[in-house]
Amino acid sequence: MKPAPFEYVRPETVEGTVEALASPEAKVLAGGQSLVPIMSMRLASPSTIVDINRVSGLGGLQVTDDGVRIGALVRHRALELDDRAYDANPLLRRAVSQVAHPTIRNRGTTVGSLVHADPAAEMPAVLLLCDGSVEVVGTGGTRTVEAADFFLGPLESAVGAGELAVSATFLRPPAGSGSAWMELSRRHGDYALVGVGALVATNDRGQAMSARVVLIGVGPTPVLVELDSALPDRRADTAAWSDAVDLIVAAIDPEADIHATVEYRNQLARVLGARALRAAGCDAATRVAA
Amino acid sequence: MNKETMYDITLTINGVPYAIRVPGRRLLSDAIRQEARLTGTHVGCEHGVCGACTVLVDGQPMRSCLIFAVAAEGSDITTVEGCLDADGGLGPVQQAFREHHALQCGFCTPGFITTITGYLSEHADPTEEEAREAIGGNLCRCTGYRNIVAAVLRAAEIERGRADAP
Repeated sequence: MKPAPFEYVRPETVEGTVEALASPEAKVLAGGQSLVPIMSMRLASPSTIVDINRVSGLGGLQVTDDGVRIGALVRHRALELDDRAYDANPLLRRAVSQVAHPTIRNRGTTVGSLVHADPAAEMPAVLLLCDGSVEVVGTGGTRTVEAADFFLGPLESAVGAGELAVSATFLRPPAGSGSAWMELSRRHGDYALVGVGALVATNDRGQAMSARVVLIGVGPTPVLVELDSALPDRRADTAAWSDAVDLIVAAIDPEADIHATVEYRNQLARVLGARALRAAGCDAATRVAA
Repeated sequence: MNKETMYDITLTINGVPYAIRVPGRRLLSDAIRQEARLTGTHVGCEHGVCGACTVLVDGQPMRSCLIFAVAAEGSDITTVEGCLDADGGLGPVQQAFREHHALQCGFCTPGFITTITGYLSEHADPTEEEAREAIGGNLCRCTGYRNIVAAVLRAAEIERGRADAP
């Protein structure tokens, strides 16, 4: 359980980082809460570790009219505790507080989690649900990748070799909408067997006008499901959402593993999906009333 | 393979500065044990699951097996050896562990002591539910956690008592 040897570099600028990443098999180290165990298990043996923890300009968290923009060095814990970020998009705190344990969240970064692209991780799914994007810098300059184009496969994001993800932006949910995050894991702090994030917009009578969910643990990447064609007639916070749940189950293709069968994951998607949609409807009602 | 590159770094551990020389791949947990010779920090799973290696890095509980020592350069680290009272006696968390028999084999204990010390510095008066949540990232295969939860509450009580003392 010891990593293989590597060269260690610690640039202080984004330009210096991109330069260092030009060496073959170089890997970015931010929080390292996924990278270090992978290296210790020798599942990865990068030749060069580029530690970005001293790079200036990557630590900011900005709340704008559009949403919440976090730099590559913002720890999960900082995002969780930030009240302005919570006010702008409450789903951020609701989901990030489910990422591993506080001890891991003290070190791990949210942007790092996006780039790592674990199909069972919460924050990639939240980025997708909130129409977010990631800003990536390489030798060719800066490009912005939309969430829908960012997650390519299990542990595979659109950040290419030699590139650095410098920030991510999570958009504010539309006015009058509410959100919720629900997941079930076998032990406290474990990866979820299935997790569901929901975004529901309601009218002043509490009826859903639009809804979408994102699911984790049910495919190679987070799965976004639009539910506008399956909205309930009743109040969003008490409806069964049965048509919506049918759409959700039709949209996912979970695999069986030692922890859960396909049938169990489908059942979890069904139950957690309906609960998350009702909870988001309830959250929306509170916001419309406020 | 060529000879591994070595890096000179300084760490402050329990208030004492250490200048050490490590390869890039040296985990902070191993540097604390091997280079600084502080063997109170225990190494269990070495992939961030068990919590035995937890130390405070600049006051925050973190897994020392998930940090490269070289990346921790300049940090202020507190290990279980640093969770003592000012007079060198048992600290509040250690005392509470003794009173409540919150350890049996003791392997996981250093990680619990540091985690709880960090937690109580931000949450002076946890409920039992919160105490259970606070230790959720640390594994103990002996106690069943009941006595550890009781020790968290007792440690908070001891600390509050000291804060109130004239």
